[in-house]
Amino acid sequence: MSTFDAGHYDVIVIGAGHAGVEAGLAAARRGAKTLMLTLNLDMIAFMPCNPSIGGPAKGIVVREIDALGGEMAKVIDKTYIQMRLLNTRKGPAVRALRAQADKHLYVQEMKKVLENTENLTLRQGMVKELIVEDGQCKGVVTETKAAYYADNVIVTTGTFMRGKVLIGDLAYESGPNNQRSSTKLSEHLEELGIEMVRFKTGTPMRVNSHTIDYSKTEIQPGEDVPRAFSYETTEFIMDQVPCWLTYTNEHTHKIIDDNLSSSAMYSGMVKGTGPRYCPSVEDKIVRFHDKPRHQVFLEPEGRNTEEVYVQGLSTSLPEGVQKEMMETVPGLENAEIMRAGYAIEYDSVTPTQLWPTLELKAINGLFTAGQINGTSGYEEAAAQGLMAGINAAGKVLGTEPVILDRSQAYIGVMMDDLVTKGTDEPYRLLTSRAEYRLILRHDNADLRLTDIGYDIGLISEERYTKFQEKKQLIEEEIKRLESVMLKPTDEVQTAIEQAGGSPLKEAVRASDLLRRPEMKYDAVAELTKPDKELPEDVREQVEIHLKYSGYIQKSNEQIERMRKMENKKIPDDIDYDDIHGIASEARDRLKEVRPLSVGQASRVSGVNPADVSILLVYIEQGKIAKVSGDEA
Amino acid sequence: MDTDTISAISTPVGEGAIAIVRLSGPEAVARANKIFHGKELEQVASHTIHYGKLIDPKSNELVEEVMVSVMRAPKTFTREDIVEINCHGGLVSVNRVLELVLDSGVRLAEPGEFTKRAFLNGRIDLSQAEAVMDLIRAKTDRAMNVALKQMDGRLSQLIQQLRQQLLETVAQVEVNIDYPEYDDVEEMTNELMIENTKKVHQEIERLLQTAKQGKILREGLGTAIVGRPNVGKSSLMNALVHENKAIVTEVPGTTRDVIEEYVNVRGVPLRLIDTAGIRDTEDLVEKIGVERSRQVLQEADLILLVLNYGDELTEEDEKLFEAVQGMDVIVIVNKTDLPRKLDMDRLHEIAGEHTIVNTAIIEEEGIDQLETAISEIFFEGDLDTGDMTYVSNVRHVQLLNQAKEALEDAMRGMEEDMPIDIVQIDVRRTWELLGEIVGDSVSDSLLDQLFSQFCLGK
Repeated sequence: MSTFDAGHYDVIVIGAGHAGVEAGLAAARRGAKTLMLTLNLDMIAFMPCNPSIGGPAKGIVVREIDALGGEMAKVIDKTYIQMRLLNTRKGPAVRALRAQADKHLYVQEMKKVLENTENLTLRQGMVKELIVEDGQCKGVVTETKAAYYADNVIVTTGTFMRGKVLIGDLAYESGPNNQRSSTKLSEHLEELGIEMVRFKTGTPMRVNSHTIDYSKTEIQPGEDVPRAFSYETTEFIMDQVPCWLTYTNEHTHKIIDDNLSSSAMYSGMVKGTGPRYCPSVEDKIVRFHDKPRHQVFLEPEGRNTEEVYVQGLSTSLPEGVQKEMMETVPGLENAEIMRAGYAIEYDSVTPTQLWPTLELKAINGLFTAGQINGTSGYEEAAAQGLMAGINAAGKVLGTEPVILDRSQAYIGVMMDDLVTKGTDEPYRLLTSRAEYRLILRHDNADLRLTDIGYDIGLISEERYTKFQEKKQLIEEEIKRLESVMLKPTDEVQTAIEQAGGSPLKEAVRASDLLRRPEMKYDAVAELTKPDKELPEDVREQVEIHLKYSGYIQKSNEQIERMRKMENKKIPDDIDYDDIHGIASEARDRLKEVRPLSVGQASRVSGVNPADVSILLVYIEQGKIAKVSGDEA
Repeated sequence: MDTDTISAISTPVGEGAIAIVRLSGPEAVARANKIFHGKELEQVASHTIHYGKLIDPKSNELVEEVMVSVMRAPKTFTREDIVEINCHGGLVSVNRVLELVLDSGVRLAEPGEFTKRAFLNGRIDLSQAEAVMDLIRAKTDRAMNVALKQMDGRLSQLIQQLRQQLLETVAQVEVNIDYPEYDDVEEMTNELMIENTKKVHQEIERLLQTAKQGKILREGLGTAIVGRPNVGKSSLMNALVHENKAIVTEVPGTTRDVIEEYVNVRGVPLRLIDTAGIRDTEDLVEKIGVERSRQVLQEADLILLVLNYGDELTEEDEKLFEAVQGMDVIVIVNKTDLPRKLDMDRLHEIAGEHTIVNTAIIEEEGIDQLETAISEIFFEGDLDTGDMTYVSNVRHVQLLNQAKEALEDAMRGMEEDMPIDIVQIDVRRTWELLGEIVGDSVSDSLLDQLFSQFCLGK
């Protein structure tokens, strides 16, 4: 094939979805000359499924992205139509923000950011193959024979690879939302020896808002409290748009039951594995047959559109059946479908083929990030894109790879799960996947990660200075409360009584008083005022830190133990066949995953504690041999 | 390197008169000192040995008289501080010592861990690395094997049930957290959680007290010798006691102090029940009455039913067989040196599945076979065991204790009205600890439970 030289870059990003934009921005902002290629410039960071960002775990990821200098938080803060803080009645560890997005505005805002970023070239084009020489990625070739050269390529093609849309018995090659699917690239990756699996996901119908009878549904309003994902956001959108809640019923279920065989999911047409946590409505009826009703949330897709996303009715039933079933739902009797729901199958890369930087083990300089790695969700994709972008640029700059561990971020949990264990269904982050949930909070993402963001050049000096001031205020106030003694004066006793506690018998430290379940920071601070009024976020940190100190300490001890094993590195050139006594299943899995540390090795499935001990002995033996070799 | 302190029994159990419980690690001396009454171990010179008493700091009870050697790093096997506690070789006593050490905050060593540390600390020659790896592999495989075999079916089932109860509770909390908008899932409150965890806590406590393995650990395998007068019960007992250095314990609290004797039969700790009864009269049933003998039988884990080869089967014998139905029984046909009058066909018929051993105890014949039969019953297989069996048992008890503590932490959190997701940390930990007992790996089953119990998703 004769190609033409279309330009030379440091990093090329294929795709401009949620993973692609973060990858491109991070690489360019770190100083790498970056090219982004996308099928359609009007669909940048589009949300082909629900118009929503955040939620438990995911919302925390968005904040982590922000603390590392990513973009998602800032753009959603400018474009949300509703924002809520979830789990407010539970503990601080599981609180999270969720926003309803104006998906069209989101696209425009993100595009604007990309267009105005230095070092970043944005171009429309379909990549059909990679240029790979001797296991090193060298660039990409588009279908128009443009050859772009770069030693680092990040593939973020989402669900486009050999994408196939299914509605009833209709099946056609397509990416989401009737965009072109990417067939050649998928075949090419396979030729390069990359292992792929087939996954499936789906989306519900969209209906016209004018045709919904909202009087039969329950309103789900936003909150009139100013909230934002990004630590840099100062303007809050208070004019919010509500969502609406309605339910399926036995009529809905009967129609689904009667037509099950015509669903692409159940007729055998769908071959890919779908996620359990995001089932189609057919799945819900089949698996939970006795449940009398299921929730259906009606979510506006934006301020300037009448399209409404029908959350809860994701389906691959024929359009006629979709209409019939939907019309049984109160409020939707006369609703007009504007787009039908569909299932989509696609190729994804088995993620155990990746290093924790998301670079492929087999091809130097080739990264994959986002849904192509078997995840689902915009936030999961964005986080991977960011990390791949950071690390691809790191190779250009010659800096150390940035790998977050399981105690630093949900991003670390996800990436470790992916590359160490792989996934046999589309992977979604859940808070229960994190061992150190209490440490990975929504409120302290900045405290956990801003230092790293600053070190890699993605956090501005101005923001970093502010951050350090905040950190200092928190530390000082904690110290102060730990040293101040409160005597059982009338004032103190009254304050305790008002909070519903039992009076003091003797003087206590202010910090200990705050540890009492009924006491809040503000009440304690009334009794011993700080020199100057502290900002809300500082007060919150002080309260959480002191109130849960016992639990936090316990988690930190566990983290300490975990880190010890993470710090025992496995040499690159280790030959697992040479290790005596390791079980053969463990050997095979270790050869495949090639963990970087003994800690990571211990999480590989099929590797038991004895194998870990043996591995440890083997590594030490190597070290000793090296030392004695040097001596001789 | 590893910085915690570990301990294990480092001599084959039940084989020598003296057993050694070894501690290794930075805290070895301090921990041992906490339970040792004698010289201040932290003050003594390295590589010295001291006489003293082990006292349980919780109850202030004397546990054992011991000799303790203190060896400070680096001139030790592991190149860490090492303390060796020399105690009675009996399984029960060495077990008690190890438990005491573990209670003081020392971790039970993994199989081969002393050797591993010795190697990692450069104590063992590089050329022996392969041998070290082999040893870890062999010891671990054996320990796992034994742990599985030792796991009483009922115990394992019970723990699985407890885990399932906890899992359902945990899953519900997780659903509340990860799917807060789902109003049709019942909200797990601290009150509900307290109810659920209380039940589990009670069960764990009960398990700790009465689980068969746990009981055997602390008390030995309760063994009753039954049979008509003059079949040779007391000579059987004397033979067992004679061959296997007995430890006699006075058990106060009954009208007449019942004497129990402990013997070790090939590593199996036997607690011979009401030996005084046998000694005095040669006839348990006759002396203390049917009621009492029933009670003795009930208490027993193992029945040694003795018959006389030189006598015909009587109605009384048949009644005895009825009384021990469904229990672990070894039938001993004694006095095989006499001419046979016993109807062996009929015996096989009523003995059913029970093992039958022929002996002539006075002639010292058949005792080996009897001991083999006892160890087979205990290990449910032909298992040449040593410390391993024993260690895996201690492991179970230790894990159960840890699970109990974690659950108590959770209950305390609930009482203090901590948020449910914070309390959850300890409930989940309990579930994981119980999982370690039955050898279940952790993470994925929670998600499986989550998605099978609740209908979730957009």
